[in-house]
Amino acid sequence: MTSTTTLLIAVGVLAAGTYAFRYAGPMLRARITLSANAEKLMTAATAVLLAALVATVALTEGQEFAGWARPAGVLTGGVLAWRKAPFVLVVLVAAGVAAGLRAVGVP
Amino acid sequence: MRSIWRTLDPRLARDIGLVLLAVGIVGISFGAITVSSGFPLWLPMLLSLLVFGGASQFIFIGIVASGGNPIAAVLAGLLINARHLPFGFAIGDLLGRGWQRVIGAHLMIDESVAFALAQRDLVQRKAVYWTCGVGLFVCWNIAVVIGAVAGTAVSDTAAFGLDAAFPAVLLALVLPALKDPQTRYAALAGAVIALATTPLLPAGLPVLVALFGMFALRLGRERSERVAA
Repeated sequence: MTSTTTLLIAVGVLAAGTYAFRYAGPMLRARITLSANAEKLMTAATAVLLAALVATVALTEGQEFAGWARPAGVLTGGVLAWRKAPFVLVVLVAAGVAAGLRAVGVP
Repeated sequence: MRSIWRTLDPRLARDIGLVLLAVGIVGISFGAITVSSGFPLWLPMLLSLLVFGGASQFIFIGIVASGGNPIAAVLAGLLINARHLPFGFAIGDLLGRGWQRVIGAHLMIDESVAFALAQRDLVQRKAVYWTCGVGLFVCWNIAVVIGAVAGTAVSDTAAFGLDAAFPAVLLALVLPALKDPQTRYAALAGAVIALATTPLLPAGLPVLVALFGMFALRLGRERSERVAA
């Protein structure tokens, strides 16, 4: 098992690095004034990052396919959200579909 | 802070509450898994307080628990959290200045960013970012303590389908932004790039590489100009 000192240093470096990532963006942003067009680009970039996150988390586990239950749940939730269903329903149905499929043996 | 509560309508508060509940269950499982892997009680608590990023915490513990190199564990966690840099640049105006920026930066997490993105005006965005961020931080840390102390109460969150709930949360929140055709092209391109590179790159990088999907914005613009002409 890794020693306490090593663990403490590892947590410290991970925390410091993560905070640096989090702080750098707002700090840089405060130094420049963005045009309305650039503001729109920022919104688009956030959407691109989140969409990529949704796609990878929904479909993959590690570097492999996550199995059918999870993407089926996410897709059902996505369709409900697109049809303007309430957020709570979207989330519960997504979880329910994935859990239900697993209960009947779909990976 | 009181004005933030007044800005938030009850339906939005309920939506955020549901996400907090889901995050709490995952937090309990993180605490339980870490302690049952043989780590001391303080490790999951310290990670959750200082790192505050579920995916990076799980990968860190996973690598160290399987006897992997701690440096590899730190690097893997950092790669996963690197997306906060572009996130922060995009939503940096919500944090304010001085100490507010110092604290607000630590509350930056996929869900707080996504909830903020889905709001119309700056006041709403600010209110939602802070409510969601503070709520997630408090729930996550309390849940991790509960899981670490209680042990293996919830070890398999997949049985509840929680692994499908989180991407569904983000998807529901990002959908309104995709009404704009240019953003939609860019997001689709980004998602395809991320998926295509997942088998080739370490976790965390595919999401960053997805930003190349922003080049599709041009495509979207040219197309909408052609339609207009």
